[in-house]
Amino acid sequence: MSTSPIPEGLLYAESHEWVKIDGPIATVGITDHAQSELSDVVFVELPKVGKVVAAKAPTAVVESVKAASDIYAPLSGEVVEVNPALETEPALVNSDPYGKAWIFKLRLSDPAEAAKLHDAAAYSKLIAS
Amino acid sequence: MTVPASASLRETPLAAAHRKQGARMVEFGGWLMPVFYSSILDEHQAVRTAAGTFDISHMGEFMIEGVGAASFLNSLLTNDINRLRIGDGQYSLMLNERGGVIDDLILYRADEEAFFLVVNASKIDEDRAWIEAHLPAEGVLFTDKSAEYAAVALQGPKADAILAELGWPRPERNGIVPARLPFLAFIARTGYTGEDGFEIFCNAASAEALWDRLLAAGAKPAGLGSRDTLRLESCYPLNGSDLSPERTPLEAGLGIFVSLTKEADFPGKARLLEQKASGLSRRLVALKAVGKSAPPRSHYHLFDGEKNVGEVTSGALSPTLGYGIALAYVDAGYAKPGQRLDLEVRGSRFPVEVAPKPLYKRS
Repeated sequence: MSTSPIPEGLLYAESHEWVKIDGPIATVGITDHAQSELSDVVFVELPKVGKVVAAKAPTAVVESVKAASDIYAPLSGEVVEVNPALETEPALVNSDPYGKAWIFKLRLSDPAEAAKLHDAAAYSKLIAS
Repeated sequence: MTVPASASLRETPLAAAHRKQGARMVEFGGWLMPVFYSSILDEHQAVRTAAGTFDISHMGEFMIEGVGAASFLNSLLTNDINRLRIGDGQYSLMLNERGGVIDDLILYRADEEAFFLVVNASKIDEDRAWIEAHLPAEGVLFTDKSAEYAAVALQGPKADAILAELGWPRPERNGIVPARLPFLAFIARTGYTGEDGFEIFCNAASAEALWDRLLAAGAKPAGLGSRDTLRLESCYPLNGSDLSPERTPLEAGLGIFVSLTKEADFPGKARLLEQKASGLSRRLVALKAVGKSAPPRSHYHLFDGEKNVGEVTSGALSPTLGYGIALAYVDAGYAKPGQRLDLEVRGSRFPVEVAPKPLYKRS
């Protein structure tokens, strides 16, 4: 049974990214559950601004001491901003996964795809199973 | 009915103790082992600055004894048994006929004709089969004690003070002594972290008592994650990653643990003599990142310009040094310290440099 915080108002992918949708822009990070599974994050590889990605495409890489993990775009769109703080302080992914450790922002090409993502209650069930 | 894969994973006598400490358990060499309790970085740091305890009960323990034990081991392993006095330990390798590594191990001379071998967890069955196939018809008794024994490593600059305070015997470096704690144990001054420390072997039934006393004495539980980063900083090879049946100990830079001058023949000796005469075509080197780099990982490739000149076998972001480090096999012409190479990570190149081993040495 997980005790990881799962904020309401965000959407969640099965691959453990969270999404905050604000009009045409979606901000993406990884969940508290995901950072806890990874443990100490030591490196984040950010995508290039302007990169166009399809939903479920590997878009960034988060590396813990043990391994490199792909971070997938939860929705299709164009990368319009990345979080440079993660280049100098990758451990923010552990300490503030829903806040300072947002990874990239997408300008959505198909906002209707968001219907396929989970709300907090559904994601909570997913990680408890 | 199908058996889930996890059902075949083995657990050590300390599995319940690990869960009680909140360990994250992972599969390693057929065993379910703690990868970390709180954080790999914290546990790494505890071992470098204070003391950590590792469950190493998954490792294999063999006894080889009898009037022919010493000469048998000299004809099986690379190092020279005759250098060992009673109570001494030695790092050695068991090779196939091609000179490739079956396993690397520590053996202790428990008595004139009794030897205690500690082998890698994932190689217990293969090692046992190889040893049994080479046993002489008489004069040597081989027993696999792996299931009976548990073992805990206490590692770090405070390890000595912890044992002193417990009133337990502290052998010399690489030595082993029997001890009553009050349960019977063997305490060896060996390890896999680059720090001072001990490896303590006891009956499986006493494992929790041993573990609890070390924790109560101030040691921090540490998992396989930090064990791996610690050994990598110290450039200790990991069998299955840095050592393999296709690589010889000479290529791995372990020549000082190979006696080509001892009288005894051993599997692979002819190949090593040949390799020594003709020169090595590749070598295991230590690498450090020059500037900011993604952490090196095994199987990443190394380039000189457009030429692929090697492959990483172990890598990490070094918690102590703060930059990427690796062990890698490279073409012999690129093996000198100071050699610049490019590490390819997901299509990007990062500059790295061949560095002297070990990458970290305790002061």
